[in-house]
Amino acid sequence: MSVQSSVKQQFTNVAKQQNITLAPLTDDLGLLDSGLDSLCLAVVVARLEDELGVDPFASTEESKLPVTVGDFVHLYEDAVNKKQK
Amino acid sequence: MQPYEHKSLWDAIYAAGNLQERFLCGTERVIKLAELEQCTSLRGRAETLRGRSVLLRTRDLLASALAMIELDGIVRRMVLCPPDLKTDDLLYVAAAVQADAIVCDGTIVEDLHGIAELVPCGTELEPHAFQRGAQQPTEWILLTSGTTGTPKMVVHTLGTLGMAVDSSVLLDRRPVWCSFYDIRRYGGLCIFLRALLGGDSMVISSVCETTTEFLERVGAHGITHMSGTPSHWRRTIMSPAARCISPPYIRMSGEIADQAILDRVRDFYQAKVAHAFASTEAGVGFAVNDGLAGFPAAWAGTRQSEVDIKVEDGALLLRSRRNAIRYLGKNPAVCGADGFVNTGDMVEQRGDRYYYVGRRDGMINVGGLKIHPEEVETVLQMHPRVRMALAHARKNSITGSLVVAEVVLDEDHDDADRTKVAEELLHLCRSQLPAHKVPATIRIVSELPVAVTGKIVRHGE
Repeated sequence: MSVQSSVKQQFTNVAKQQNITLAPLTDDLGLLDSGLDSLCLAVVVARLEDELGVDPFASTEESKLPVTVGDFVHLYEDAVNKKQK
Repeated sequence: MQPYEHKSLWDAIYAAGNLQERFLCGTERVIKLAELEQCTSLRGRAETLRGRSVLLRTRDLLASALAMIELDGIVRRMVLCPPDLKTDDLLYVAAAVQADAIVCDGTIVEDLHGIAELVPCGTELEPHAFQRGAQQPTEWILLTSGTTGTPKMVVHTLGTLGMAVDSSVLLDRRPVWCSFYDIRRYGGLCIFLRALLGGDSMVISSVCETTTEFLERVGAHGITHMSGTPSHWRRTIMSPAARCISPPYIRMSGEIADQAILDRVRDFYQAKVAHAFASTEAGVGFAVNDGLAGFPAAWAGTRQSEVDIKVEDGALLLRSRRNAIRYLGKNPAVCGADGFVNTGDMVEQRGDRYYYVGRRDGMINVGGLKIHPEEVETVLQMHPRVRMALAHARKNSITGSLVVAEVVLDEDHDDADRTKVAEELLHLCRSQLPAHKVPATIRIVSELPVAVTGKIVRHGE
């Protein structure tokens, strides 16, 4: 599974488990508009850490926090690439 | 039953009679109480310890039991040292109690400055003409681990430790008590004294046995009353030796007894199940015998079995004549000005009942919202496949912490089974708990560690 698929799958899982209607996950969808609140995102981050072995938020500076779904995916893709090097 | 301010333990045992049939059972041998008359397990050296301060440190618990019986009323002060006491702590305690001697059943390897005397003890008895003579009220000092790790020394006497015997026992035979607890710790000691003062027998646990080995050993002695923590009982149900015992009376304390474990143990053993609150400082609180978790809300602000109960700011406070007298060493007073001890347990009223929700100092903070891990565990334990559960904090870069959980299931299970149960558990949590209390991940594990005290091991994060 690509990183992008993993991320989107976790968004979908968490939304389903919390009975939240998720907006369609396009790259330019704002995270704040997705339907997921900070608690949901926290759960997504925890599960992605278990699945991919990375937590990019642990070391991300304020200025680089993701705004859109696409940003979020790129953050994880970068972290996974870094890890594999 | 009379209070025991003046009689020594041996006098009380003797007064209760029936010494030929009553026994104490250890790992290596069973001793009839009649054998203790005019016999010594301390090679006759109890006399040299008259009026002095001693540390009792043994590997074998039956040896400890025999030493306690022989020394109460003779020594001024007796410190019950648990097996995991580190050398530094032992020296600290020895200094604080001004110990003159160590009573020990093995070789002490530490270099114990200033403790001049080593008095050997064991489970072998030798004939000895005992002159108990003028007796003194012995201070029993129990050690409890403080949060700093340095042990706190709590001072009791036989009066504060001796318990009123439950007269609701309806059996055709004399009670045989047994406890998972170490008799050197408060919970186990209370059971031990209850057995001896009440005219009964006791089967004593061991630090060297697994749950299964313990059940196999004790099964042959016709145990009628058995006590342990809910974690002890959860492990018992999972053990292949679970059916070695069949106690008609079961008691739980030390951890929150949720409805699931109360029901499961009651059904498994067809026993009467009670749960009790007990702590080294507060003294025994009260027992709940109606088979339900928590306690009736009507009890708050009243006295139940000589214990005053109060709930203040969600915390359970108790006042009893059995509150420990004091601490030794540098420690804050045990109780507040009005005599109430804050147990540190938080309770919540739902309907006509108070339920335990967790320890005050164990809360997890998720994005500013507080959670007791025990609340989450109680929900997980509602699932019929779950035998044990542990919830704890996991660091999270977005909310600070999240709740996560591990569970132990019954029987064998494969990957598909585990996935299915994990989904069911998540669904169960969502139906019972607000979103921030639902575990972010639920892992199925093969076992969860339980400490020597019988309490599940919790890790802070």
